[in-house]
Amino acid sequence: MASLTASKVLKPIGASGKLFAFALDTFRQLFRRPFQTREFIQQAWFLASVTIVPTALVAIPFGAVIALQVGGLIKQFGAQSFTGSASVLAVVQQAAPIGTALLIAGAGGSAIAADLGARKIREELDAMMVLGIDPIQRLVVPRVLACMMVAVFLNGMVSVVGVAGGYVFNVGLQGGTPGAYLASFTALAQLPDLWVGLVKALIFGLLAAVVAAYKGVNAGGGPKGVGDAVNESVVITFVLLFIVNFVVSAIYLQIVPPKTG
Amino acid sequence: MGVEIEIKDLTKSFGNQLIWGDVTLTVPAGEICVMLGPSGTGKSVLLKTIIGLLKPDRGSVVIEGVDIASCPEKDLYEIRKLFGVLFQDGAMFGSMNLYDNIAFPLREHTKKSESEIRDIVMEKLDLTGLLGTEDKLPGEISGGMRKRAGLARALVLDPEIVLFDEPDSGLDPVRTSFLNQLIVDLNAQIDATFLIVTHDINTARTVPDNIGLLYHKHLAMFGPREMLLSSEEPVVRQFLNAQVVGPIGMSEEKDADELEAEKDMDLPPLPPIPMQLEPSNGQPRRSQRDPGAWCKENGVEPPPGSFEENMTMTTGS
Ligand SMILES: Nc1ncnc2c1ncn2[C@@H]1O[C@H](COP(=O)(O)OP(=O)(O)OP(=O)(O)O)[C@@H](O)[C@H]1O
Ligand SMILES: [Mg+2]
Repeated sequence: MASLTASKVLKPIGASGKLFAFALDTFRQLFRRPFQTREFIQQAWFLASVTIVPTALVAIPFGAVIALQVGGLIKQFGAQSFTGSASVLAVVQQAAPIGTALLIAGAGGSAIAADLGARKIREELDAMMVLGIDPIQRLVVPRVLACMMVAVFLNGMVSVVGVAGGYVFNVGLQGGTPGAYLASFTALAQLPDLWVGLVKALIFGLLAAVVAAYKGVNAGGGPKGVGDAVNESVVITFVLLFIVNFVVSAIYLQIVPPKTG
Repeated sequence: MGVEIEIKDLTKSFGNQLIWGDVTLTVPAGEICVMLGPSGTGKSVLLKTIIGLLKPDRGSVVIEGVDIASCPEKDLYEIRKLFGVLFQDGAMFGSMNLYDNIAFPLREHTKKSESEIRDIVMEKLDLTGLLGTEDKLPGEISGGMRKRAGLARALVLDPEIVLFDEPDSGLDPVRTSFLNQLIVDLNAQIDATFLIVTHDINTARTVPDNIGLLYHKHLAMFGPREMLLSSEEPVVRQFLNAQVVGPIGMSEEKDADELEAEKDMDLPPLPPIPMQLEPSNGQPRRSQRDPGAWCKENGVEPPPGSFEENMTMTTGS
């Protein structure tokens, strides 16, 4: 009985240990030649194609909501001249990474898990190993790198689209002046804000791809197994990404002092 | 030349579900072996353990002095180059057409030029009767064709050991006969070791040099074809002759009541042992033995009518 509870308590630790081991394997295979350039390009293209449109569609309302919210709040403080800066800060530091996380996990990660899971149950991965080829080197590494690259790209896109959306709403609906919006950009926001967004995006891409690939290559039990793998990978990635976002933001705010006016 | 596979005390379970235990057998170099067993007895699991895709709980699988069950990953990838494996569903790469699928091992492991590759691929496509389908994707062809394509891919690197997981399931009887002939001819030609998992009794009775039977979580029997075909052992006899009477039931084993009810039933006589399939060029294979040789050596009287030319296949009753 005691050992039963012990094994139940330890199970999640064992599972995360396996995930970690998988991540290490992937890292080791990263340096094995030949690098799969074609697979990398194909995957990057594929991931971009499934994420760009939804990202844009998410980014516009994101920017708008932030503009409305922040704009309204800041008006009450009588600091309208900072609206531009405030929305840049909110979009670049928080909205862009979160939007990226949602899309990269929901659209990109699920596609990776479904693809690898289907290959697993069709025994393609087994066949590959039997032909002397490591599926981690061949399939997982290019996907992880592609996912990281696309995440950075999406992060940039959400930033731009979000700020532009904020501009349209601020100037168009809230009666802000274009000049004030643009001029205040650098009042509160600073360059490290961009860097941290970038770093977050890289970590998100990495996590989403590793979790999705891990779930995919360990899918079992027929088509239902693939469905479960996709489902679990999305849920796990969401939770992980939101935690990581919080941790990175907290550390960032500690080490980089906010700019004061 | 063919390589021997030495399996010793192999045990495999998933969680606390034992699949099979203490499996010990030697697949002799250059011979054809068939592994039989009711559905779900872990025949596919056995094949996957032999190529190191699954780790056994205990025991060893030794090939050319390397223990597959415990050797490091690096050696495993090396030793796997000796294998040609046909998976149960063909396991073709879904994103490549048949030509690229079959050319894949050549492109990965040899420095052959594209025109040499083309020759080899076309030869294997011809061998498996797939000429003209090389541009199709695996999703666009029938299960039987996928299987033959998997066979073509398994053969391109001239393997020393060929593992087949149910080469004949999903094939029509004519194709099955062609395939059986192809297996015998290939064995004569490349002298590789063949281990075939099948449900097809006709294949099991006429193709192999040796037969093994997995049943009830262990290896019930493994030995020369004539030994199993003349065996009176209830499980072996029931399975090899596709009979209802015997210890194997619909789900797993029969329970005591069912066996009690069958106790007084007369077992149908053993059907005669058919001739072994010969290579189509008439040249005997290296591992081939004379019909009845095993029976004579071991003083076993083969069932009446055995080894007659043009004998009709009679199984089941
Ligand atoms: N990866 C796995 N994880 C857990 N259980 C498994 C796994 N692979 C196989 N099994 C179990 O092992 C048993 C044997 O499966 P296997 O596929 O080897 O049977 P089989 O003898 O090949 O049957 P068939 O003739 O129908 O192909 C089954 O009960 C199956 O549920
Ligand atoms: Mg099977």
